[in-house]
Amino acid sequence: MQQVIFALLGLITLGAAVMVAASRSLLRSALWLILSFLGIAGIYILLQAEFLAVVQVLVYVGAIATLIIFAIMLSRNVMDPKEPRFNDQWGLAGGFAALLFVVLAAIVTRVHWPISGAPAPPDAITRLGMDFVGAYAVPFEVASVLLVVAMIGAIIIARERDR
Amino acid sequence: MIFRLVWLLPLLPFVGFALIVLFTNRNKQLSAGLAIGGIGISWLLGWAIAFAAFKQEGLAANPFRLSRDWLPTGSTWQAFGFAVDPLSAVMLFMVPFVCLLIFVYSVGYMGVGKSEGHHAMRGVPAEPGHVDPLSSRFFAYIALFACGMIGLVLADNLILLMVFWELMGLCSYLLIGFWYARKYDDPTKITPKQAGLKAFLTTRVGDTIMLAGIVLLLVQTGSFSFSTIFQPQTLATLASTTVNLPVFGPTPWATVIAILIFCGAIGKSAQFPLHVWLPDAMEGPTPVSALIHAATMVSAGVYLVIRTYPLMAAVENGAALRLIMTIGTFTALFAATIAVAQNDIKKVLAYSTISQLGFMFAALGAGGYVAATFHLMTHAFFKALLFLGSGSVIHGMEHGHHEGAGRAASPTQVRPNEERFDPQDMRNMGGLFRRMPRTAWTFIIGGMALSGLPFVTAGFWSKDEILAESFHTGHRVVFIVLAVTALVTAFYTARQIMMTFFGKPRTAAAEHANEHDSAFTWMTWPLMVLAVFAIAGGWIGISTTFPVLGVLSRNAFHHTIGAMVEAMGIAAEELPFAATPLLASIVASLGGLALGWAVYRAYAAGRFAPGLSPLQRQESTLHVQESTLHVQETTLHVPDPLERPMGRVYGWLQKKYRIDELYGAFVTSTLRLSNWLFRFDDVLVIDPIVDGAGRLGRRLSELSRWSDTHIVDAAVNGVGRVIGAAGGQVRRIQTGKVQNYLLVALVTLSVLLFAFLLMPK
Amino acid sequence: MIPLPAVEGLPLPTVEGVPLTWYLLLAAGLFCIGIVAALARRNAIGVLMGIELMLNAVNINLIAFWRYGVTSVMTGQVFAVFVITVAAAEAAVGLALIIGVYRQRRTVTVEDLDLMKG
Repeated sequence: MQQVIFALLGLITLGAAVMVAASRSLLRSALWLILSFLGIAGIYILLQAEFLAVVQVLVYVGAIATLIIFAIMLSRNVMDPKEPRFNDQWGLAGGFAALLFVVLAAIVTRVHWPISGAPAPPDAITRLGMDFVGAYAVPFEVASVLLVVAMIGAIIIARERDR
Repeated sequence: MIFRLVWLLPLLPFVGFALIVLFTNRNKQLSAGLAIGGIGISWLLGWAIAFAAFKQEGLAANPFRLSRDWLPTGSTWQAFGFAVDPLSAVMLFMVPFVCLLIFVYSVGYMGVGKSEGHHAMRGVPAEPGHVDPLSSRFFAYIALFACGMIGLVLADNLILLMVFWELMGLCSYLLIGFWYARKYDDPTKITPKQAGLKAFLTTRVGDTIMLAGIVLLLVQTGSFSFSTIFQPQTLATLASTTVNLPVFGPTPWATVIAILIFCGAIGKSAQFPLHVWLPDAMEGPTPVSALIHAATMVSAGVYLVIRTYPLMAAVENGAALRLIMTIGTFTALFAATIAVAQNDIKKVLAYSTISQLGFMFAALGAGGYVAATFHLMTHAFFKALLFLGSGSVIHGMEHGHHEGAGRAASPTQVRPNEERFDPQDMRNMGGLFRRMPRTAWTFIIGGMALSGLPFVTAGFWSKDEILAESFHTGHRVVFIVLAVTALVTAFYTARQIMMTFFGKPRTAAAEHANEHDSAFTWMTWPLMVLAVFAIAGGWIGISTTFPVLGVLSRNAFHHTIGAMVEAMGIAAEELPFAATPLLASIVASLGGLALGWAVYRAYAAGRFAPGLSPLQRQESTLHVQESTLHVQETTLHVPDPLERPMGRVYGWLQKKYRIDELYGAFVTSTLRLSNWLFRFDDVLVIDPIVDGAGRLGRRLSELSRWSDTHIVDAAVNGVGRVIGAAGGQVRRIQTGKVQNYLLVALVTLSVLLFAFLLMPK
Repeated sequence: MIPLPAVEGLPLPTVEGVPLTWYLLLAAGLFCIGIVAALARRNAIGVLMGIELMLNAVNINLIAFWRYGVTSVMTGQVFAVFVITVAAAEAAVGLALIIGVYRQRRTVTVEDLDLMKG
């Protein structure tokens, strides 16, 4: 059963990702991106990382994708739908990506992954929270500083200059 | 002892010269004072040394020497310095003294102390009654000259002697051309500048030959110093070793060198054929003529021969002495005859000097060492006296002209550069005895000395000794010629005196001539002092063998100078008395004077000479009358009494046998030839070489430029281009596009990663 | 059902039937698609989207390994959270830059921003 769900979600995600890369209109790409994110959120749920799924939707879909759409809107006039969507090196890029996938696939399937089939803990979120303020407190703080800096930076860069 | 101060004698006038040139040029009086001061101290010191030397016995054999090693000649040194021996002592007695007197005279002659005239020009004579603008320079020059002459007589070696010789040559040039800006309308009349050059160049001919002789002497003996050269062994060697000459065959070195050195004396003492410069040197101021061309410089040549007499006499019956005697004798008569026909008062004296120098050389050639030296000394005194006197006469004539002509004629007639009126022409003079008494008396005394007026004048004693010497040594021809010359000398002297001082004045200038100017005080005192010496100077040389007077005389002169002769190993007793020379002297002197007086008596008095046509007589009388009434300042048309009788000969004499013209032609053609040769060389030889060098240089530079452009530049630029091209290719990586870089990065990363991962451990 | 690639002698690691390899393959594919989008799209925002895809692929990997590994340790999730955080910050700044560049240069084509060319 799980396999079917996985297959479905995988298809959605990859399909949407392909459309992101290949779509002619940027806005359509953004929307496909959202779909891809949602697919990934579903994958997380399948992997019993519920909190992350929610975070994924909140942050990625709610913030980042929104932001992307804002940016698209703000630069709307420029993008002409008739213009080519790929640059000159799309062949090389595609070739490389394909090659990379083949190699990665070969590696992934041949490596003996040291895994255990333990079930997910019930209090995963609690543990996550404890980690954030405990073992990983410093990275947590740093991450918050990073966010502040990014925020300030973004404001300054994108500010209207009407002096 | 006082001899140690001998080096001061030439130095002091030189210091005077240096001080004037450097500091006191503007102040004429101070300059004159410095010059006189310098020579004055030299005179006192010179007399002190001279008299000390006279007292000292044995100085001839062992002269006092003050020298130091000066000239390095390989491994040896040539010593230079001064020497005091009887000969130089006698010269020291005469030279500084005469120089001093002439310096004092110059103060008056140059007009020092007066103001400069309104039209004062530098380089031309000052107007009468005014000072010459370049007086300081004059005193500087004569001070330098005095240094030269004193140094000459003291020098103890030939090179130092030559240095002073040349120094005097320079001063002679400077002083003859002292009035360098003076020009004449008449192109045949020589200007002072030309005369200076002529003097210099003519004496140069002699000097060069002399230098050759000195160098040969050095080669043969290895020394310049008199003490070394005149060693008996050295002289014997020189006399015996011979050199093979083209025409003359084997000749002793002594003769060759002696003749070469004598050539220098020919030039300096204006003997034939190099005599031409001396008459023209009269363009210089009269003190110059007195100092340089009568008393001192021209006698330097005689001094040189006296000094080197051991060399001249080294060969028994040598050609050198014979040549000297011949030239001297010939010149004596030659010059005397020219003097007879000269009208310029100074020119007569110039030729007289040449003639008297010839006497001295003749004496030397005949072996009369003492006689020649004696005459040298007495001649200096009375010739200086005569020249200074003539200067005084000329000054008086100029004053007279200024006063006489200036009042009546228009002032524009008399300008410095025009010589319509010649104050030196004796034909314009006459009757000056009453108007310029002091000048007249002293001049007459000098003239008597020159003529050899018996017993009372110095000239008589010295000239008599020369005649006696030539007679005694058996040179009859010489004796006769010299006697005749003495007669001619007396004749032209009388002529000169008659024309100048006696009779009636022939021009207004002569009429107004006077001695009243203050300058004359300066001028007449030296004249009087010299006159005393012209009379008394001979008394120290009266031969003890002379009848009557001889007993009273010690003949100090012979004693002193004779010691020099004895030091050479030659016997030097006084000559035994012989009547013939004495008689000849007296006859020549008195006879000549009387003849001159007789011939020119009428001329002087303004009357015609016998032999003129009645028409000429009338003309001449009229002219004379006119000139005394009117203000006609042109030369008189009264002919010289000798003109007609002598006919064409007179013309020759007046034109100085046309020797100047002959030399002129020779010199001009030589100059033109050398001009042509030099131009030929320059255009056809030097120019092509120079141009060729230039062209070669240019070719080389073009080649260099080509290689620079095509080889060096190409290489350098080529390197640059290659690098640029390579860079151009390499820069294609930098597309500027982020995604390109990203792709490359990813690919590289992947490759590295997988390579690392898949590497066998 | 779906044929699985066989590895000799080893039981397939599965959790409720889905082998880990599937998740990994999914992530790899997503990653490669993200590469294509990042490298080949002309629009700058398109490139950004490709980058987000790549980051998500990484996240999938992390979570998958957490689930199939030691689940008592939450490191995997923590890491994934941080990745999301950084991705968010980077997306914000990146978009701000794109807007800034758009204002200056009137272009969002990455190719046109080639001042460093040469």
